[in-house]
Amino acid sequence: MTALPDPAPGRRLGLVIDLDTCVGCQACVVACKEWNGGGPAGPLGDLEPWGAAPSGAWLNRVHGFEVGEGEAGRTVYFPRSCLHCENALCVTVCPTGASYKRAEDGIVLVDESKCMGCGLCAWACPYGARELDRPSGVMKKCTLCVDRIGDERLPAAEREPACVATCPARARHFGDLADPDSAVSRLVAERGGVELLAELGYRPTNRYLPPRPGRRLAASAERLEDAPAEGGFLGWLDRLLGG
Amino acid sequence: MRPAASLLLFTTLSGAGYGLLAVWALLGLAGVLPPEPLAGAVGLVPAILLIGGGLLASTFHLARPDRAWRAFSQWRTSWLSREAVAAVATFAPALVLAFGWLLGGRVPPLAAFLSAAGAGLTVLCTGQIYATLVPVPRWHQPLTTPVFLAMALASGATLAVLLTAALGSGTSAAGLTALVALPLAWGLKLLWWRSGDRAPPRATAAAAIGLAGETPARLVEPAHSAGSWLLEETGFRVARRHAARLRRLALSFGLGLPWPLLALGLLAGGRWTLLLALPAVLAKALALAIERWLFFAEARHMVGLWYGEAAV
Amino acid sequence: MRASEAVETDSRVVCTTCYMCACRCGIRVHLDHGRPRFIDGNRAHPVNRGVVCAKGSAGIMHHESPARLRAPLKRVGDRGRDALVEISWEEALDIATRWLAEVRATDPKKLAFFTGRDQSQALTGFWAAQFGTPNYAAHGGFCSVNMAAAGMYTLGGSFWEFGEPDLEHARLFLMFGVAEDHDSNPLKLGLAAMKARGGRIVAINPVRTGYAAIADEWLPIRPGTDGLLVLALVHELLRGGRIDAPYLAECTDAGWLVVEAPGTAGDGLYARDPAGRPLCRDRRTGALLPADDPSAAPALRGTVTLPNGWRARPVFEILAERFLDPGFGPEAAEGPTGIPAATIRALAAELARAAFEAPPFLAEPWTDWRGRRHAGVEGRPVSIHAMRGISAHANGFQTCRAIHLLQLLLGAIDRPGAFRFKAPCPRPVPPGPLPCGKPGQVAPGRPMPGMPLGYPTGPEDLLVEPDGRPCRIDKAFSWEAPLAAHGLLHSVIGNAWRGDPYPIEVLFLYMANMAWNSAMATSETIAMLTDRDPATGGYRIPKIIYSDAFWSETVAYADLVLPDTTYLERWDALSLLDRPIGKADALCDSIRQPVLAPDRDVRPFQDVLIELGHRLGLPAFTREDGSPRYPGGYADYLVNHERAPGIGPLAGWRGADGTAVGKGPPNPRQLEAYVANGCFFEHRFPPGRRYMKPVNRDYLELAVELGMLSRAEPIFARLYCEPLQRFRLAARGHGALQPPEALRARIERYFDPLPFWYPSPELEADPEGAFPLAAVTQRPAAMYHSWGSHNAWLRQILGENRLCIARTTARALGIEDGDPVRVTSRHGSIRAIARLVEGVEPGTVWTWNAIGKRAGAWGLPAEAPEATRGFLLNHLIDERAPAGTDGGRLANADPITGQAAWYDLRVRVEQVAPGEPALAEPRLAPLPRPPGLPDPPPVLTWGAVFRGARR
Repeated sequence: MTALPDPAPGRRLGLVIDLDTCVGCQACVVACKEWNGGGPAGPLGDLEPWGAAPSGAWLNRVHGFEVGEGEAGRTVYFPRSCLHCENALCVTVCPTGASYKRAEDGIVLVDESKCMGCGLCAWACPYGARELDRPSGVMKKCTLCVDRIGDERLPAAEREPACVATCPARARHFGDLADPDSAVSRLVAERGGVELLAELGYRPTNRYLPPRPGRRLAASAERLEDAPAEGGFLGWLDRLLGG
Repeated sequence: MRPAASLLLFTTLSGAGYGLLAVWALLGLAGVLPPEPLAGAVGLVPAILLIGGGLLASTFHLARPDRAWRAFSQWRTSWLSREAVAAVATFAPALVLAFGWLLGGRVPPLAAFLSAAGAGLTVLCTGQIYATLVPVPRWHQPLTTPVFLAMALASGATLAVLLTAALGSGTSAAGLTALVALPLAWGLKLLWWRSGDRAPPRATAAAAIGLAGETPARLVEPAHSAGSWLLEETGFRVARRHAARLRRLALSFGLGLPWPLLALGLLAGGRWTLLLALPAVLAKALALAIERWLFFAEARHMVGLWYGEAAV
Repeated sequence: MRASEAVETDSRVVCTTCYMCACRCGIRVHLDHGRPRFIDGNRAHPVNRGVVCAKGSAGIMHHESPARLRAPLKRVGDRGRDALVEISWEEALDIATRWLAEVRATDPKKLAFFTGRDQSQALTGFWAAQFGTPNYAAHGGFCSVNMAAAGMYTLGGSFWEFGEPDLEHARLFLMFGVAEDHDSNPLKLGLAAMKARGGRIVAINPVRTGYAAIADEWLPIRPGTDGLLVLALVHELLRGGRIDAPYLAECTDAGWLVVEAPGTAGDGLYARDPAGRPLCRDRRTGALLPADDPSAAPALRGTVTLPNGWRARPVFEILAERFLDPGFGPEAAEGPTGIPAATIRALAAELARAAFEAPPFLAEPWTDWRGRRHAGVEGRPVSIHAMRGISAHANGFQTCRAIHLLQLLLGAIDRPGAFRFKAPCPRPVPPGPLPCGKPGQVAPGRPMPGMPLGYPTGPEDLLVEPDGRPCRIDKAFSWEAPLAAHGLLHSVIGNAWRGDPYPIEVLFLYMANMAWNSAMATSETIAMLTDRDPATGGYRIPKIIYSDAFWSETVAYADLVLPDTTYLERWDALSLLDRPIGKADALCDSIRQPVLAPDRDVRPFQDVLIELGHRLGLPAFTREDGSPRYPGGYADYLVNHERAPGIGPLAGWRGADGTAVGKGPPNPRQLEAYVANGCFFEHRFPPGRRYMKPVNRDYLELAVELGMLSRAEPIFARLYCEPLQRFRLAARGHGALQPPEALRARIERYFDPLPFWYPSPELEADPEGAFPLAAVTQRPAAMYHSWGSHNAWLRQILGENRLCIARTTARALGIEDGDPVRVTSRHGSIRAIARLVEGVEPGTVWTWNAIGKRAGAWGLPAEAPEATRGFLLNHLIDERAPAGTDGGRLANADPITGQAAWYDLRVRVEQVAPGEPALAEPRLAPLPRPPGLPDPPPVLTWGAVFRGARR
């Protein structure tokens, strides 16, 4: 059913992504491609992968931006994947019922056996979370690694999405954003996590932690005081060791 | 947005087809057209063919048409599903109308009414699919569906003038409808274009990366150098100058040419109606194709904010 | 030992070590139905603790690449043409043996064996020594030897391989010239930890990407001027008296006396007692004592008259005098560096504050070399890291020395929060060995008495003929590059082609893409490989043996191709004897094990090398009875080879019972133990042996036990690099061994035993500013040099590169984003596509390195973006320095180490002529495809097999 779950899910599983520590290394991008390509949601097809115009289905992307100008300018890397919105238009527009939002935890998924590849869900998503896997003709998206987070055969510490596990800069966090005491909720509260494009009304679950303001030296007029001058240069040297 | 041939064909052919169906059904219902088989066939057969052709074309848009049958299931939430239901459902009264008119020698009034209503409903659903898409600002405005409806009516009515002229009856009523529907449709279209041109951007690239206060935000390291389906779908661009030229062309071929031709033809009467209706129809068809192509080509998707658009 | 057989129903997790770059993270390869299904990080591994980067995760596509070589190849036509045919291993080994045996029997020097990004240098270097040729090195001379050598000659350890910043405890972290790698994941983890704790990160780099992007502060420095900035910080700290004087007195040569007797052979050397021990003046008694006398309290100032009448002053007084001069102040640095003087002053103040204000104290008792017990270690929470941005300049050695000087003044070495040594460092300064290859050491049919690479300490250690000409083909350890600790890979082909110092017979390359990105002046290098001597009709470089796993740009130019396995198909060791993975708190090493059996006719290169060693009768690889010493190949060698008694490639689980650490007899089941432990060995240092290692008695004794040091003697850091002074004295006419006349002025100028800064020869040769912009490259996080373009996943991320120009600079040149541009250096001209950015210093342009590829290589079509829009900056770099600055044509390199100075490149950028396409240039003729390589499939549905299997 492409109706949104009612009542709204009690758990809201999602990601918190830290733009202050993301170095744009693309680790999460490839880990996702690899995990999901070989998983139940795979394959994620590539056309002409070794050709002149390669094109492929990827569920997670990292873009590099420059923001601000001059002294205030900075380079920010922005990882983008499905935000598992509460008001997921991609779910309601789906005509076949392939697209759905889980009632127990809010994860938005695609039932591949039903998808007819019309692409409307991709048009409906402002965040570009949907891709068509051309070899199979069905739409694919971030699954929040449902096959990992619920896999009892994995040690508890490893039951997290592949992108979270792999991030070398610890810029990705996973948890229940409906629980105010969860680590992710506390992170959001401490750092002022941002709801992306909130005015569009999708109520995304994922949150982005903004870059911390840099403390610039140029703004400081600090300088070291001269070491005491008596005795000149050699006196100064003497004092350094205090005998 | 990439103007896909399948969708261009679908919306133009089916739109015109539903418009023609509605006009013909209502003309039949009003008794303007005689309940004779030829009268029915001259209008309904092209209408059904156009509708059918369009729907067939739309299946080519699907990557997995083998699952298309599932598209009837989500009408509670999905405009696309509703469109599928309405499109197919309209065939029922349309076929009843056709059978009654062509074989039964009468215009079944309920079937006629439901055919017209179904046609309108289907086109409305089509318009709503686009109108409800928040990420495409040019589509996501109140005038989108009215334009779809008006264009379908105008195309169908123009076609109806030609067909009634060929038939030899009902021309005035068809002509009047066309002469009203054409300026209505293109007037709404102009307003739609202007509204889209003037609308402030829904979001900037800075907002798209969560840093609304820090402008400007410029893409410097693309996420990937290779292509993707999403990028092909949403990355289509037409230069503003080029689009402006095409708009003028569409307006000329859609209104500037057909309207005087139809008016003249109706005034002159006789075989002039038919002779002038033909180029009018062709011009309108070309205009429709251009207008629909622009509908996609000029539309930007907000995902472009992460692919180099400063604002969408 | 053979690879574990992967059975059809095989689903298991196999640990090994990644080899998608040099970081060497521990990985788990998840097999499903016998095929690799997922690669993730080993959470227990000391290097990466469970994370992997994009490259690591893409390992499957590396392994399953259609560009893998499939069988040995032999050339039957012209080089570079479609002239390779598949042959058997027997034939290949036969040819190689014949060629090599002939060289060994006549003149072993005629073999030049250079091994690119090799991580088995302890084997390959040893093999070269056994063969008897001095002409061996890996890629360090091209990459970062300046940084490595500066560290070894100053601290006995260096950034990256032999040291790490303690980012768990640092308050302030300075990164000089560090791109998104080296050492990759540990640095990323450390940066995240610092951010979480509120530490401050400052990136000093002309480019703002990656780590510099998340830094609290980015200082957009002009390339090659970091030395000035650092010395200005030194100046400020000295001026403010904010230095760790007790540390300097006790742990460095700050108090050692330096002779000041101009014109004599002892001028500028340490004052020594008759036993050769450097002297100091005790600040309490005034007596002259050996500096390593436990009772000495060296004075940092005060002129002394030595018994022979010469004057001498402490190192510290000399250096303070030099760097307190306003010529080294922030105002003087501002112009060339582009960093405002106020910023430099503020940074110095911050350094002092972070280092000295309420420093943390770690109450972990330890005993110093004098036997004094300390209650704990005072932290010095300022960490510094530097990499190729410092190194790849002609002034890199002195610049890196300056950075170490800064650290030493702060006392920020091997303390909590500071740079800490990684095992097996610290080593003595400099460590042994001396390089081998002198005239008497090279003879037909005999091994050399030592290893080809080492650390010279004076002219007597150079590898030169009696007339001063270099012994080595790359001129390493000659007067042109005396401290060339990593050799000069980039000079080999040019020198061999020119026959200068002599022609060679066989060029044997492993993992070195010399016909492309591992060369400067790429087109010229390619031409040299195919150039024939008109007199004989033969190639000037007669025989080329090339080993690699993939079809790189160089394969087409080889005469014999020995195909290697991928890293998932072989044994390897990340050994303490070459490129270790140590940590500050632990001695570590690791292995790779075969996860999969090769599905084609390839063999691990190390096995091949050992086999060749046996066929050539090299003593270390052959028993007296003629049978192979290591019949089991590399795995056998790893377990059974002893470089010194009890010391082998792997430190863990030694001894018959597998309990010895570091030193012990071979354990036949050693590899099994590694495999059982996730393919790594970690031996944590007990408390009291983790900090202040160079002067920590308990650590030094432990290091001897573990085989990392031969003697438990303190290691004093050298502010003063005395070996340089020895070379200088020779240049002044002292001693029996002196440089050629043409090089005297150069040595006098650059071989300053104290750090200093000088502009690059490229800048000096362009006083009019015909080439006003600096051009540098960086390595991206998702590609590793040329290794990634055949990777189906990685190339979708970065299949082409752009020339990034500062927006203001570009606009002034009339260049818009996406425009094709012409980039010209004094050596050549290329075309690239521009990208306008803010995050670059306005006088610099930059691009990602090695993204541009040659059409036809790596299994890619001629129209691939890598070949049409990607470009290679290397084409612009002359492998030789500008003519006339120092006389003759010397290498475009640091005069001390021979490090290739490719970041000294100067260019001008212009709009292209109207009508020029937005494509890169030059476009060399597409390379032919080697035989046997499959057509890459047009669609890849990787992973489908696992779905099918699941159903």
